[in-house]
Amino acid sequence: MADSDLLKISRRGMLAGSAASVAASSVPMSVALAQAPDVATPPPSADVAMTVNGTRAAVRVDTRVTLLDLLREELQLTGTKKGCDHGQCGACTVLVNGERINSCLSFAFMHQDDEVTTIEGLGMPGDLHPMQAAFIKHDGYQCGYCTPGQICSAVAVLDEIERGIPSHVQEDITDRPRPTNIELRERMSGNICRCGAYSNIADAMADVAEARA
Amino acid sequence: MRPFTIERAASPADAAAAAMRTQGAKFIAGGTNLIDLMKLEIETPTHLIDVNGLELDSITETDSGGLRIGALVRNTALATDRRVRRDYGVLTRAIMAGASGQLRNKASTAGNLLQRTRCPYFYDPNMPCNKRDPGSGCAALEGFSRQLGVVGISDACIATHPGDMAVALRVLDAAVETVKPDGQVRAIPLADFHRLWGDTPHIETLLEPGELITAVTLPSPVGGKHFYQKVRDRRSYAFALVSVAAVIQRDGTGRVAFGGVAPKPWRMSEADALLPRGAASVVAVAFADARPTEHNAFKIPLAERTLASVIAQARS
Repeated sequence: MADSDLLKISRRGMLAGSAASVAASSVPMSVALAQAPDVATPPPSADVAMTVNGTRAAVRVDTRVTLLDLLREELQLTGTKKGCDHGQCGACTVLVNGERINSCLSFAFMHQDDEVTTIEGLGMPGDLHPMQAAFIKHDGYQCGYCTPGQICSAVAVLDEIERGIPSHVQEDITDRPRPTNIELRERMSGNICRCGAYSNIADAMADVAEARA
Repeated sequence: MRPFTIERAASPADAAAAAMRTQGAKFIAGGTNLIDLMKLEIETPTHLIDVNGLELDSITETDSGGLRIGALVRNTALATDRRVRRDYGVLTRAIMAGASGQLRNKASTAGNLLQRTRCPYFYDPNMPCNKRDPGSGCAALEGFSRQLGVVGISDACIATHPGDMAVALRVLDAAVETVKPDGQVRAIPLADFHRLWGDTPHIETLLEPGELITAVTLPSPVGGKHFYQKVRDRRSYAFALVSVAAVIQRDGTGRVAFGGVAPKPWRMSEADALLPRGAASVVAVAFADARPTEHNAFKIPLAERTLASVIAQARS
């Protein structure tokens, strides 16, 4: 790469480059070199417009950009976190049309006209969502990295219980589910907390569920 | 991730034709497995055909008293459907035993059937894998095979189909409806849909190039008590070591399929017939041809004990 090209690298380019080198570390170097992207041809991109936290966002993105990277890198909504980037940890959980998904496992281009709600859209300091307030009250975190995903997931879980979506731990799947401790824990299993704040998270959720009932 | 172009399909037949037109094309629905594999460059499509706009997202009643489940019905929606919970409880139970709430909200019915194995050597591009790189060998044979298959496997590959939903669909005698690039449609019994791959483990289903799943059909309800018992290393959000899907009637007869043990949901009619005689008889027949490794031989007694637990619940 020529020096002049190096100077043009943006922060985003650097991030993309470092992500590529992580992926390449698991393949032989000769293969990695052979697959180096051709900088002369821009990669395929797509136009997409969606509503994020009530605001319309219209962008042109590389087709490979995930919803997570769109939120963080293009829209500067860095509340949503990248943990594993493989759908295993739940740190990237957001609400799309009211349902929780892993934003790391969804391409941005697939969200035309969707309504996305991130942790910033649930509430901000001074105007907290009841679930955010309950997490603070019950100490539902330590380092806080998984917390935005935990809170988005927790909000969706109470909604799923209200809508009668069954779960693995329900004895009678034709019955209406209730927000018991075991139900909340089962339904939150897609959100990992390395600090182990699980019991306080379940308490926070139970508090919100009780206030609603 | 390698660059790829995209298009949005206008109809199922159009999607199938498009898949034939562009070399290296793949369909994308929920994307929860495909995108993960694309990040690891295990899947490297050069073109994605987004099928989410196709109107394949409803569950309707069939003329024969069963259900037709659109290929794009999300796992959560399928498990929640009132008719499924009432008449096909094993299906709701199986779906809710798999993945996480976030994944089930996105994952589609068709995509669930087509998810790839979670064999650690398939996921590690540094290791030989006949499924990922045909002819390169199988690292699992001499490796950590605790999670892997014990029956229906081959010397080329001992991976399992990792899903839960398919095991329930197998016990319900479901069929997979498809459309081919030339517009022809067909129905494939789920019993035949996943291949016993022999020395071609990279070919996992009977689907032909470009063929698109449009629906999964269920025959009319069979009654009985429905069970899906899954044994895994943690109580939630983990793949099965062994799972048992069963429908057991009042007289003790019924049907049973095992998950986590083979390249496909594992069910044998000769084994079904032995259900009234107990778990040991069923497992002796269903696993007669098993070839476990030293790491996963425990799966056979575990299958028997899991089935014994299900039969005990059915009797109580």
